[in-house]
Amino acid sequence: MMKALIGKKIGMTQVFDDLGRVIPVTVIEAGPCVVVQRKTGEHDGYEAVQLSFGEKKRANRPTIGHYKKSGAPAGRILNEFHVDPDETTLQPGSRLTVSIFNPGERVKISGKPKGRGFAGCIKRWGFSGGDETHGCNSHRAPGSMGCASTPSRTFKGRKLPGRMGSRRVTVRNLRVVQIDEERNLILLRGAVPGARNGFVTIEGIGG
Amino acid sequence: MDILETVGRPQLRDLGTIDEFKAGDTVRVHLRIVEGAKERLQVFQGVVIQRRRAGIHETFTVRKMSGGIGVERIFPLHSPMVQKLEVIRRAKTRRARVFFLRQRRGKAARLKEKR
Repeated sequence: MMKALIGKKIGMTQVFDDLGRVIPVTVIEAGPCVVVQRKTGEHDGYEAVQLSFGEKKRANRPTIGHYKKSGAPAGRILNEFHVDPDETTLQPGSRLTVSIFNPGERVKISGKPKGRGFAGCIKRWGFSGGDETHGCNSHRAPGSMGCASTPSRTFKGRKLPGRMGSRRVTVRNLRVVQIDEERNLILLRGAVPGARNGFVTIEGIGG
Repeated sequence: MDILETVGRPQLRDLGTIDEFKAGDTVRVHLRIVEGAKERLQVFQGVVIQRRRAGIHETFTVRKMSGGIGVERIFPLHSPMVQKLEVIRRAKTRRARVFFLRQRRGKAARLKEKR
């Protein structure tokens, strides 16, 4: 079965494991998610389930219509997740909760970090920059571009200033530490991309 | 923030089970040490030089002189590894962080006892 959920990042805290070690965790309020649509190869050209999360305050009529088949109120977020063509258990109206994940399992999580705007090399790529003193005039400049007569061009992919953040970032292999079915919480070990209250998607790895 | 706080709550130590202590107090911390399959207790005794209060993150720092060398250890207050905490001596301090003890040696590093 496909394992995927949409959630909201709550923030980070820590818990103790059975050995008394401190584990840094990110708390995510995930699901319950409703399957809104099942996209199939013959009908849509690809296999996916469309999940919705949250509730929309004011939904217009086309949106309500889209949700009609699932019987659920219009959600805030819609996301599609690829599934195998033989996946039949998930049909419009099916609900997914955090109980699909188990503690100890590894997951893949995607979020959208805060936008940093047009950022320089130091912030964007971690360049060390030049001296602040000793008569240096190159403080935060990107440095050398691409040598002289050979190769007399700048290589593709050179790390330069530019737009940073506000794009989808995925972190793989985060461990599920704890599940709270009552409050729809899932605790993942370590940091998760995105700001607090940002939306994230969690996917099981390998199935 | 409410949800975050409640996540750690089941693991919070019942503060009634340990003595109330603050910076300046001399304490004896009983630590559970697991070595392979064996388990034993280790005791660390010294002066509490600070206590950082932050829910489940709460920690305290204990300083002691070990063979003429100052040793400080930071313990998470709610850690299950901290088995027992005894207050040996209570001291009167004017500040919440008694870092000035680091600059002092021997007799000068004493604090006034609270009665």
